[in-house]
Amino acid sequence: MQSLNKIWLFCVLLFVSSVASANLTIEITRGSDQALPIGVVPFAGSDGLPEDVAQIVQDDLERSGYFAPLARGDMFEQPSQSDDVQFGTWRSLDVRYLVVGTAEQTDGGFELQFELMDISGQRRMMGETVTVRGNDLRGAAHYISDQIFEEITDIRGAFSTKIAYVTAQGVGDDMQFGLYVADADGRRSEQVLTSDEPIMSPAWSPDGTKLAYVSFETERPAIYIQDVATGQRVKATSFEGINGAPAWSPDGRSIAMSLSKDGQPEIYIMDVANRSVERITNNNSIDTEPAWAPDGQSLLFTSDRSGGPQIYQYSMGGGEAQRMTYTGNYNARGRYSPDGEQIFLIHRSSRGYQVARQDLSGDRLVVLSESTRDESPSVAPNGTMVIFATQQGNSGVLSAVSADGRSSFRLPSAQGDVRDPAWSPFLN
Amino acid sequence: MQLKPLARSLAAALSIVVIAGCSSTGGTQDGDSYGSQDGSTTGSSTSGTGTGSQYGSTSGSGAGQQADSRIPEVRTIYFDYDRDTIKSEYESVVMAHARYLRANPNARVVLHGHTDERGTREYNMALGERRAGAVERFLNIQGVSPSQMSVVSYGEERPAVNGQGESAYAQNRRVVFNY
Repeated sequence: MQSLNKIWLFCVLLFVSSVASANLTIEITRGSDQALPIGVVPFAGSDGLPEDVAQIVQDDLERSGYFAPLARGDMFEQPSQSDDVQFGTWRSLDVRYLVVGTAEQTDGGFELQFELMDISGQRRMMGETVTVRGNDLRGAAHYISDQIFEEITDIRGAFSTKIAYVTAQGVGDDMQFGLYVADADGRRSEQVLTSDEPIMSPAWSPDGTKLAYVSFETERPAIYIQDVATGQRVKATSFEGINGAPAWSPDGRSIAMSLSKDGQPEIYIMDVANRSVERITNNNSIDTEPAWAPDGQSLLFTSDRSGGPQIYQYSMGGGEAQRMTYTGNYNARGRYSPDGEQIFLIHRSSRGYQVARQDLSGDRLVVLSESTRDESPSVAPNGTMVIFATQQGNSGVLSAVSADGRSSFRLPSAQGDVRDPAWSPFLN
Repeated sequence: MQLKPLARSLAAALSIVVIAGCSSTGGTQDGDSYGSQDGSTTGSSTSGTGTGSQYGSTSGSGAGQQADSRIPEVRTIYFDYDRDTIKSEYESVVMAHARYLRANPNARVVLHGHTDERGTREYNMALGERRAGAVERFLNIQGVSPSQMSVVSYGEERPAVNGQGESAYAQNRRVVFNY
């Protein structure tokens, strides 16, 4: 049984980029008591390089909640290749895994070598040479994190993914909104849209090249589709009333959305190629926040047809939508896990609005977050973490909790409110 | 076209009663800012700026006694948590707008529905639309033509005040009459 006093609290602030930007920093708020102890030795030759690759790898692994890295100051020695690793030394530090490596500047970029050691098994588990073109040391570090994570956990790493999110500053009629895309660790953020009218509900296309989102730039809501790399975009829908909650189908051909053009907000599916829309729900109530099952065969959505908002599931085969949630009187914004077996949602508990998980096959609901003003859960493509928006003091911040609720971290922003996160699919 | 944010807040701050120049085009769609290739939008619709200074007269008359040639001064009504019922204390406000719109068939109003920040964003969009829709139906029953009215929900996206607690939430659960 998990003992509360064994939960580790870390406060790790990453170096804030020297240039002013909307980068998010990371604060680990809850560490899992089941995290695996690992040592990530500084890579030999990395002094003077623009990025500390081993530190990025260490932070990635720690943020996942699966690993508890050894502090650098506690390392007696700093080997850079497997032949030099003294297993006894690391065993005495209770380290189970060790990462060693080298970094070298080359003509066109960098060459990184890393090896992963199983300390208790006294063996080399894997090693790889990574060629970096240009300056993308951060990308290479996230790639190395992905390899190490998968080798040890058998779960595909999601460190090379992105998050999209919305920022807001000001109040009332005097507000500024921004849509950003950043690395999954909040760094290297890039602005993709600014507006003095609201921006909402970014959603990634399944190939990770496009974002659909809601923008009020014409002083009413419309859904736009924007190519992330080029910035080119089209207005996809601007029906009378609500144009909201876009969600791409797994094959990328359709976008489910909520439109109120016929009165109440109803779920529609738009054909991306010809922009025609087909109505899915037909009900004198609110139907919104659709999400596709990974196999594309069903949709979750929020409806208040039973009174308050609850999660329903619609099968593409037709028939009546089935109510999925029965715990409490407010369950909204459901999202499937990548294996399609669980849903993550916002649940109103006695404490407030919290991120919760429920098995699709049962009706037992488990609250995951400790914060109480949560919104907009979005699941990592490997299913290990859920990123969501919450409040810290009077500011909107992004936070993430592991799917088992054991570990969590926060991504505060230096300025303004941050909300509406969307975790990208795998990008490689 | 709406007044831009600065002009709007100036107008509110100065308690300016009439901004007649903006009434005839309310509710029309502004497509100017759409289509920029770099994905950024610019504040291109600035035509409302400065019109407020032409009509600087303030009036102390209550909503019930206003001449029907003037847009009623009170343009925001507030709602209870999770409700879209127009509270009795605001019926006189809505009635004043009904009289104005009946007397001025060319006037158009956009009803902006808002919620407090609690709950999910898209569900709150739907709740904001319900509130504005309730006002639209009330106006319609009072004889205002549907062609004079449109509804835009902002959900929780444009709070009137920041902060948590019932006093902030209560100021954010509102419908605003925009002419």
